[in-house]
Amino acid sequence: MSDTIANKNLAVADNLVYKKTSVMNDTVLHYCPGCGHGTVHRIIAEVIEEMDIQSEVIGIAPVGCSVLMYNYMELDMQEAAHGRAPALATGVKRLMPQKFVFTYQGDGDLAAIGTAETIHACNRGENITMIFINNGIYGMTGGQMAPTTLEGMKSSTTPYGRDIQMMGNPLKITELVAQLPGTYYVTRQAVHTPANVRKCKKAIRNAFENQKLNKGTSFVEVVSNCNSGWKMTPVQANKWMVENMFPFYPLGDIKVPEQDQ
Amino acid sequence: MLMKGNEAIAEAAIRAGTDGYFGYPITPQSEVMEYLTLAKPHERTGMVVLQAESEVASINMLYGGAAAGKKVMTSSSSPGISLMQEGISYIAGAELPCLVVNVVRGGPGLGTIQPSQSDYFQATKGGGHGDYRLITLAPSSVQEMADFVEDAFDLAFKYRNPVMILTDGAIGQMMEKVKFKPQKNRDDTAPDWATVGKPADRKPNIITSLDLDPARHERHNIKLQKKYRVIEQNEIRFETIDCEDAEYLFVAYGTSSRICLKSMQLARQEGIKVGLLRPITLWPFPYETVQSYTQQVKGMLSVEMSSGQMVEDVKLAVSGQVKVDHYGRMGGIIPTPEEIVSALKEKIIGG
Repeated sequence: MSDTIANKNLAVADNLVYKKTSVMNDTVLHYCPGCGHGTVHRIIAEVIEEMDIQSEVIGIAPVGCSVLMYNYMELDMQEAAHGRAPALATGVKRLMPQKFVFTYQGDGDLAAIGTAETIHACNRGENITMIFINNGIYGMTGGQMAPTTLEGMKSSTTPYGRDIQMMGNPLKITELVAQLPGTYYVTRQAVHTPANVRKCKKAIRNAFENQKLNKGTSFVEVVSNCNSGWKMTPVQANKWMVENMFPFYPLGDIKVPEQDQ
Repeated sequence: MLMKGNEAIAEAAIRAGTDGYFGYPITPQSEVMEYLTLAKPHERTGMVVLQAESEVASINMLYGGAAAGKKVMTSSSSPGISLMQEGISYIAGAELPCLVVNVVRGGPGLGTIQPSQSDYFQATKGGGHGDYRLITLAPSSVQEMADFVEDAFDLAFKYRNPVMILTDGAIGQMMEKVKFKPQKNRDDTAPDWATVGKPADRKPNIITSLDLDPARHERHNIKLQKKYRVIEQNEIRFETIDCEDAEYLFVAYGTSSRICLKSMQLARQEGIKVGLLRPITLWPFPYETVQSYTQQVKGMLSVEMSSGQMVEDVKLAVSGQVKVDHYGRMGGIIPTPEEIVSALKEKIIGG
């Protein structure tokens, strides 16, 4: 009896290989099963915990699916109007340059209604970390066309597929901000496999570490899915993302600091 | 010191210990940011001055800075203030302190660059969406432009509410003597609600105007309304000139009130006893004071450089007890003292 696993107290510090980050609380996430938001939240929280900067971080939440991000993070956070997160972050960082400031926005927020704030924050080289979740759709409002919706992709406002003659082209805003002299680090990641989660975490860690250098904006796009909006199962959505989103939004670094090239 | 009203606002902002100014150029108030960038406030106090890409961005920079507990302000003129309404509504909803200066020009639309008072409704009745109020101060001199900056910040932080200085292109552009208060240090202590980074021993500070639970959101609205009632109780400011023996009253603020001073002289030379009631806070409006004069005067003329906006509040206060009418010019035209006296005779005395 004494040799069975059930009788051994294995939950001791020496045996700890994984624990939930203390920078997230126990509130149940409202995200759909299979959505990438929860994973990116956790990565950000883990990075902040590992850098031991929780008391120095101010986060800016967007309007969109992640509007309630502040309910899950053990962080001081502000809720921005739709698209304005980079302006809020500018105000915070300019007045408290020693703090770590990050924005978290979706594609409608960052690349449609907030395009001006995005471009000008990046062009001024605001010393902040911008996290951009691109799932090619407006999730929160029920799956309408986003600026990043692919050609031919169906949404609730492009029920026959996005016709670029009529609705214009999908916007590669990440490549666009990489052109600006104010951006220091621009990368595109994903979180659909364990390997990608690790790569994305490294990118987000870099994006936060860069704030110590005061050299400009660090911008991390995460290409993600929206299985509810895309009307697919989580597994189908990830497969569709790999086959359709990645060719148009290829993963990898777009702009890296010179010493890392 | 001899100075433009716009410059006085800028110098007063530095001296009040303002942490940050975020703005976008627009006539007739561009001197505010020009003065601030020239005066090197960063060297004087550490104050941050940033030219934003738009008024939409600048008001949201205020949101971020205010949410960090900082003393932040912007200035603009009517079309720019319209662009800021979204941000002002969010700031009011999230209960953040800040100062917004509106150097009003004639509208609607792009309108004109000449002075006007046609943004009274926008300032005092909401402006953006939702049930909220802006504390609105109306200076009538360059000295008050300077003095009201610090007053505005005191009120903003006392009530965690946005405050507007509602002035116009005439006061913004004209030069007068002004005395400034001594330099105040910027205050580095953050209010306990500010988002400055969560230490281990407290819960996260969250600044938001969102609550998806209708019952909770109604409670938030009720709390806001209670705050507004307290402001209405405590913060009404006005000035009365030659009202003791008055049989008629001009009700006017800002530039109009200055012209009415001359109109009063002219009227009194003709034996018409007229006084001036000048609201200094446009919200909260001095309803009770206006009401109290219904026992004394035969009529009131609301003089505004608009089609008649404040006159609605005067009528609300008077509640039909004496005659109330409006006289004003629009589109950037400033009324003459003589035409105001004529309007008093035609609309109130003879009417």
